[in-house]
Amino acid sequence: MLNKINFSRIFLFLILGLFVFYYITPLYVMIVTSLKSMNEIREGNLFSLPSTINFDAWKIAWGGRGEGTSDTFLKPYFFNSLKITIPALIISTLLGAINGYALTKWKFKGANLIFLLFLFGTFIPYQAILLPMARTLGFLGISNSPIGLILVHSVYGLGFTTLFFRNYYVSISDEIVNAAKVDGAGFFKIFFTILLPISLPILVVTIIFQFTQIWNDFLFGVTFSFGEHAPIQVALNNMVLTSASVKYYNVDMAAAIMAALPTLVIYILAGNYFIKGLTAGSVKG
Amino acid sequence: MATLKIKNLEKKFNQTEVLKGINLEINDGDFLVLLGPSGCGKSTLLNTIAGLENSDNGEIIIDSQKVNDMEPSERDIAFVFQSYALYPAMNVEENIVFGLKQRKISKDKINESLNRIVELLKITELLKRKPAQLSGGQRQRVAMGRALVRDPKIFLFDEPLSNLDAKLRIEMRREIKKLHKNFKTTMVYVTHDQTEAMSLGTKIAIMNNGKIEQFDTPNNIYNKPNSIFVADFVGSPSMNFISGYIKKDENVISFFPDNEKQKSINLNSIKTKVNNSDEILLGIRPEHIFLKKEHAVRVTKDHNFAEIEVHPELHEYIGHEQIVTFNYYGQEILGKFSSSINIEIDKKMTLFVDLNSVSLFDKETKRRI
Repeated sequence: MLNKINFSRIFLFLILGLFVFYYITPLYVMIVTSLKSMNEIREGNLFSLPSTINFDAWKIAWGGRGEGTSDTFLKPYFFNSLKITIPALIISTLLGAINGYALTKWKFKGANLIFLLFLFGTFIPYQAILLPMARTLGFLGISNSPIGLILVHSVYGLGFTTLFFRNYYVSISDEIVNAAKVDGAGFFKIFFTILLPISLPILVVTIIFQFTQIWNDFLFGVTFSFGEHAPIQVALNNMVLTSASVKYYNVDMAAAIMAALPTLVIYILAGNYFIKGLTAGSVKG
Repeated sequence: MATLKIKNLEKKFNQTEVLKGINLEINDGDFLVLLGPSGCGKSTLLNTIAGLENSDNGEIIIDSQKVNDMEPSERDIAFVFQSYALYPAMNVEENIVFGLKQRKISKDKINESLNRIVELLKITELLKRKPAQLSGGQRQRVAMGRALVRDPKIFLFDEPLSNLDAKLRIEMRREIKKLHKNFKTTMVYVTHDQTEAMSLGTKIAIMNNGKIEQFDTPNNIYNKPNSIFVADFVGSPSMNFISGYIKKDENVISFFPDNEKQKSINLNSIKTKVNNSDEILLGIRPEHIFLKKEHAVRVTKDHNFAEIEVHPELHEYIGHEQIVTFNYYGQEILGKFSSSINIEIDKKMTLFVDLNSVSLFDKETKRRI
């Protein structure tokens, strides 16, 4: 019996080890490549460790070479992305929370139909809204601006955030809200003082989800912005694709890691909550 | 000081009628219990009184003021919910004073009311705790505190004890009774537990299918049930119904159970008017059946009892008493006796039925005759 368990354990760990290896290799290659010089990359092995740790590629990816206008580097676009992501994240999360609250605790005629429409909204592919959205942004005069992208991401994310919060609030007893109504609290008072303080798990889920969606977005960014207003993923693409003569693999790798770093940090900081929150809403819902 | 009057109240959920014309009137200081099986509309009625749900028709009048169109917070009511509905993110103190704060009452007054309630319910050491750190009984206490602190016109309770274990439930029931005795506030209390209803209510409204079957004192509900539904719902085990018909000869009124032509029960003492060959149900509570003649002679007024021959079939021991199932001409009768008495199963015997306490029901209309 003991041997059997040991054998299956060993087998399990072998398989797991294989998967770890499989997943971590690209990251490893990215990191070591970003720390090598171009000469070392050309002469050496893809997997070998750098002979000396060299952050030049990172500096170039972040701040450029100082070669004037043709030089593309991430720094300004990183802040572009922050300027878009943070407001869009706050707007879509807050509106989603209020939607979820209204749809579950202040049921009105047609509430279910409206929720269904939100749900339907989550199934709309990015590509389907490109043209109508382009017309809308043009009409509003906010195309190729951070405000335009904030609007796009807020609206597109609303379906998801509403779904998350609705499913979370549906599992919270209506009696709490009724008690507050008898106590004399109104719509927003109940939301901010009674429901929002117990919404941390679903808030974290929504924030991680929306942050990842918006930060990693390429299609909306490349369609609705260009030049100096582009978000980081678009800039990364331009940087990697437009280097005409020589390919600077170390700079490309450093830039790619930089573009992915914020989402990674968010996952590490809030990952534990993410798992808890994902299951929290689904227990009774 | 508050009276509550409900006139012809109707409510529909989509196509289903949940309240079909409710009429009720209670005086100041009354303790009204709405009793009924689940789905009978009792909670909906309570929610409409509170204003948490709207009615489609009819009037709700608190102290001669129509409140139909008022917000719950304007009706000056307090509500104790089944799940207690404490605000999870607030501690006990914040929970209790939340309603007062919404009403912009001065800090001193709030503190005064808080202290009064805390002393009354003995929850001083709980004040800084969150609801999650409280036991069921403590949560119940805090929920009551939150209602009491406002000193409202009417208290509404929605099955407040149903989440407690049996022992605690009886304890809290007594506390609610004490509260009512001390404060004399008008209360409306929803439950499906007949013992709670009987012990707490000064008036009971038995509800069934969106209608009130009987609205009366606990004593009348138990002893003079208006309908078979009420008689069956109240009492444990519930009332025995013996199906049969009436035979009237000259001055003798007899009741013949189905499948029996010879032996009848003499119903001459029954005050109600019955006609020859009326099809009726004879209702007998299990505790009004006696095993020994001496016992029946001693207990029944005017020695007004009947002898019936039965066949004991089943015997259930439940501690202080026993429940025995008898076969009476093919119909089941349950009797409740002290568990010290020994009854031989499957041996024919005679039982004695207190005729002062029987109820007669029309088989067709299911109403009391």
